[in-house]
Amino acid sequence: MIETAYTQDWPKPLKAESRNLSFSYGLGLAIKNLSVPIAEYQVTALIGPSGCGKSTFLRCFNRMHDLYPGTRYEGEILLYPDSRNLLARDVDPIEVRMRLAMVFQKPNPFPKSIYENVAYGLKVRGITDRRVLDEKVELALRSAALWEEVKDRLPAEGTSLSGGQQQRLCIARALATDPEMLLLDEPTSALDPIATASIEELLLDLKQRVTIMIVTHNMQQAARVSEWTAFMYLGELVEFGLTKQVFTNPSKKQTEDYITGRFG
Amino acid sequence: MLRRRKLMEAMFKAVGLCSLALAVGTLGLLFGALVVEGLERIDWQFLTSFPSRHAAQAGILPALVGSTLIMLVTSVVGIPLGVAAAIYLEEYARRTWVTELIEVTVTNLAGVPSIIFGLLALGLFVYIVGLGASILTAGLTLALLILPVVIVTTREAIRAIPVQIREAAYALGATKWQTVSHHVVPYSAAGILTGVILALSRAIGETAPIVTIGALTFIAFLPPAPVTAQPPYISFEWLMSPFTVMPIQMFAWVSRPGEDFASNAAAAGLLLVVMTLVMNGLAIYVRYRMRKRVAW
Repeated sequence: MIETAYTQDWPKPLKAESRNLSFSYGLGLAIKNLSVPIAEYQVTALIGPSGCGKSTFLRCFNRMHDLYPGTRYEGEILLYPDSRNLLARDVDPIEVRMRLAMVFQKPNPFPKSIYENVAYGLKVRGITDRRVLDEKVELALRSAALWEEVKDRLPAEGTSLSGGQQQRLCIARALATDPEMLLLDEPTSALDPIATASIEELLLDLKQRVTIMIVTHNMQQAARVSEWTAFMYLGELVEFGLTKQVFTNPSKKQTEDYITGRFG
Repeated sequence: MLRRRKLMEAMFKAVGLCSLALAVGTLGLLFGALVVEGLERIDWQFLTSFPSRHAAQAGILPALVGSTLIMLVTSVVGIPLGVAAAIYLEEYARRTWVTELIEVTVTNLAGVPSIIFGLLALGLFVYIVGLGASILTAGLTLALLILPVVIVTTREAIRAIPVQIREAAYALGATKWQTVSHHVVPYSAAGILTGVILALSRAIGETAPIVTIGALTFIAFLPPAPVTAQPPYISFEWLMSPFTVMPIQMFAWVSRPGEDFASNAAAAGLLLVVMTLVMNGLAIYVRYRMRKRVAW
């Protein structure tokens, strides 16, 4: 059992918090006893070597694991300000996913038009008023810094865009429903450096409006975009703290080794 | 050493080419024989006449109408049933030994001889339900026959949709039904349609189960029209009408002595083959068109 290191600084106010969260599927325990606070309107980065459970942890937040059989959560994830435990028995995963949006590793636009892609979350919620939809779609595309590039071809297929544009389309799709949190699962790992830079820039804008959690295997990216960093190893939390502190003065040897590239 | 390996390669190439030539050649020969014997017999009179004792006056009309109407019933019953079953198995059913068993059974059902389906239909539809040897019975029988094929191809089409697309829908708060109706079905429609058309093109040539339920071989009338002059203007009486189908008509002519009837049989066979080819061509076209549109 790893003793987690926490820095003196503590995020405030909190948007969410995992408390003693464990998750398992099949036989093994995938993540163990994770307690991580998520600061409101800031970016929290989850880092660690492949297989450390950082994506698994992220996917607990919008209950994606519920789509597959044989999964089990223990502990709680509290979402503030209403202190709702997202893992409680009486909470419908769909309700959770309506509040927390997610962007995946590989851009996954639907094989539908750009407009339909962005409007889909609204359609699911039963919004059919064309004026409202037009307005929200434009707003979301503007927020994702994609509007200028696609405003003249909204009926074009979403899959006809470039990789970086597709990922921004997916971000726009996630933002269209005004989520409280944005979960990003290695959103730039399939993109080239220029597209990556534009997404990172975008995140700095977005955190004014939405709390962001980002899984990344790119150390520089974590250092550039996040205020807080959680370093995970073998399903456990090794260290949590202010990004600049974790990166410049880690309190654990393991963290230091990983950040300096000695393993992982 | 290298020479020997090269020799092996050349030999395999030759053997493969021969096998291919044999298969394609036989098919070509068969088709050619049908064309030579039957093509000149196909004219407007042949398509619009009833069977007759005189080969030259005989026609294929009742069989053509019978086959078409039965395909209609088969499609209306078989397609929704098969697609719904496949969607349930893929998207809703929990993976247990029961679903595993159903899966294996359905796959095996596709290989059951069609006459078995005929026997089942004879007992169930003709005697127990009392539908008689009608178009409805034939349509239902062939619907049962194509059901396994439709289920298997639909499941394959559904499985081809990347999991990321499903997760994208769920992550936006979609329910299972929304995910299925907005994404799974539309994106797999090309594959489903291809499978359905291929299944129907197999069904249209089926003879054994149709004979088993008691189709007529000589029929000199058409089923009642579905549209009537009096209200309610739509009639389903045709469903209960006796009928014959193309392959049976063909068989009836083949079994008669005389050159003329043989030529009739060839003509009917040619029509049947062309109908099947057209349906297969349609399946390829649909797949090509829709694959181009749906990409991930």
